[in-house]
Amino acid sequence: MTSDERAPLLRVEDLCLHYRTQHGTVRAVDGVSFEVRRNEAIVLLGESGCGKTSLTKALLRMLPRNVAEYSGRVWLEGTDIMALSEEEFREQVRWVRISMVMQAAMNALNPVMRVGEQVAEPLRVHRQWPRARALERAAEVFKLVGLPNDFLQRYPFELSGGMRQRAVLAMALVTEPSLVILDEPTSALDVLTQANIMNVLKQIKRDLGTSFLLITHDVAASSEIADRVALMYAGEIVELADAARFFRDPDHPYAKLLMASVPRLREVRQPEHIPGQPPSLLHPPPGCRFADRCPSRFERCIEHPSLLPQPEGRGVRCWLYADERRQREAQR
Amino acid sequence: MNHTAVARASTRTDTGADVLLSARDLHTWFELRRWGILRIGHVRAVDGVTFDLARGEAVAFVGESGCGKSSLARTLLGLHRPTRGQVVFDGRDLNQLDREGFKWHRARVGYVQQDPYGALPPFLDVRRILAEPLIVHGISSRAERERRIREVLAEVRLLPVEEFLTKFPHMLSGGQQQRIVIARALILKPAMIIADEPVSMLDASVRVEILNLLREIQRTRHLTLAFITHDLSTVRYFAERIFVMYAGKIIEQGPVDELLAAPQHPYTQSLLAAIPDPDAKNAAQLRDIPLGEPPSLLHPPSGCRFHPRCPKVIAGLCEVKVPPDFEPRPHQLAACWLHRPEAPT
Repeated sequence: MTSDERAPLLRVEDLCLHYRTQHGTVRAVDGVSFEVRRNEAIVLLGESGCGKTSLTKALLRMLPRNVAEYSGRVWLEGTDIMALSEEEFREQVRWVRISMVMQAAMNALNPVMRVGEQVAEPLRVHRQWPRARALERAAEVFKLVGLPNDFLQRYPFELSGGMRQRAVLAMALVTEPSLVILDEPTSALDVLTQANIMNVLKQIKRDLGTSFLLITHDVAASSEIADRVALMYAGEIVELADAARFFRDPDHPYAKLLMASVPRLREVRQPEHIPGQPPSLLHPPPGCRFADRCPSRFERCIEHPSLLPQPEGRGVRCWLYADERRQREAQR
Repeated sequence: MNHTAVARASTRTDTGADVLLSARDLHTWFELRRWGILRIGHVRAVDGVTFDLARGEAVAFVGESGCGKSSLARTLLGLHRPTRGQVVFDGRDLNQLDREGFKWHRARVGYVQQDPYGALPPFLDVRRILAEPLIVHGISSRAERERRIREVLAEVRLLPVEEFLTKFPHMLSGGQQQRIVIARALILKPAMIIADEPVSMLDASVRVEILNLLREIQRTRHLTLAFITHDLSTVRYFAERIFVMYAGKIIEQGPVDELLAAPQHPYTQSLLAAIPDPDAKNAAQLRDIPLGEPPSLLHPPSGCRFHPRCPKVIAGLCEVKVPPDFEPRPHQLAACWLHRPEAPT
């Protein structure tokens, strides 16, 4: 696929997750393909309702009851994990090779269980380690995420928000997974705490070589760790690019508008809002899903574009890039 | 305390002639009891703040959660009675107001809450939600109420108005709900709007839209806008002055551009250093951020409240004496000993 020689850690092809509701089928994840390389942080960026959290559920196979369609292929280090049985998936994948920090997980810690025990729990469940050994390992991970050792003995209510967030991060790291999925890991935290957590993630990525899949709506925060960015809109990836390119000069019209809507601290540029609203995932338009909000819309946008391959492994789901003349105009 | 209050007020000469609201040495403490009877102390949410807001001015109160900014907002609204100090609004001291007086005050100050869905009654439609304040404030003519409701809906751009009048809150998007909350805050023609984190529950692209709307209404109506936020990256675009709060106190204040360009208090400097702009270079470096958390408001640290975390702490001074406001740059005040006149620079 790319000139990169390293085999990807995770490869996702045409992943779909649709829900059945009383109003019809909601196409939350609709044909998503991307890969995560080793020791890479890839950011899935998108506004609420674009399907990014559903995507994590699909990857870890944590599905609600009302699934209408769950299809596609996911390879983890060469194994097709969609083909595994539920038992095999639990033994080989979930929290063993892929773990996750869920949205608002810091508020979901068990209030009557010491934090250390909770962090050690995945080892006792997945590896049948004895308690003492698991706690020892939990202490090591505590150091990694910057929690003092005596916090092992504390209860969640004795920890501040930032400390609890570190604890759930420790829980995700304790089994030494090769990929950690982080769903809005800092959105409920204060500015300084956010920066501290991001520092911890950067250090872990550097020291342990862990890969991260970060899910967020916060463009500025995502640039803190991203090697590559996948921008989602209405259940689909609309742009896939390396971070340097994406944050400086994105291709998709939605990406351009999104970047212009971010208030900036260090340069004076009045943020502009994007008129209109994302389409309903119940009945997404048959053509380009961004077309009715798009300033560069033209005749062809009534057809549904695929993620068009671009140089350097990038991809853009936009007809402008199928045509060189229009592409030049869009660049201007 | 009093002399610093006077000194602080006198630095605001540019708008001093037309002050709408002034807070003097304002304290809002909450009593903390155990088992309902034993007093075990006070949470000092607002602990001695003094400022003036001019008519038609947009200001931002910035700080992390627990710094007292929401308690301050609620005190200015008259929802909390100050433990000490006073708020004078449009010439009237809030401490002296009776029932009728507070009714007057509530019509003069509009409130935009953080969570629009939680702020709107779920069983009332938009027309009824907006009629409520008018009824309470004695506008008995139905035709007059209808006229004002339509006017304010148009002002917050919920068009066509007819379409929204009969909707219930759950039928509206987050951005539309927040517009209704803004419309409700405006309908009694207030002189001031207090917006407490008005966009933190909304999506990024809607945020800018709502903030632009608030700013535009503030300008056309010549309103005073107090904008409470934790997000320093937006204030430049929506306020003229900033107050930075830490642990119940205002630790730095000044005009937006000057303060963001050259923050004088180490806490403000850390806050700014922690905020990323979208830039791929961010991933390559660690941010230099003080560790620790804001202090307990039950037992705040002695001296400067930031001293336990401060990278530039002066031993023997910062932990002993509370720093007054110094004016290291014109109109920019910082409560930090680094700026004492005799300090080596």
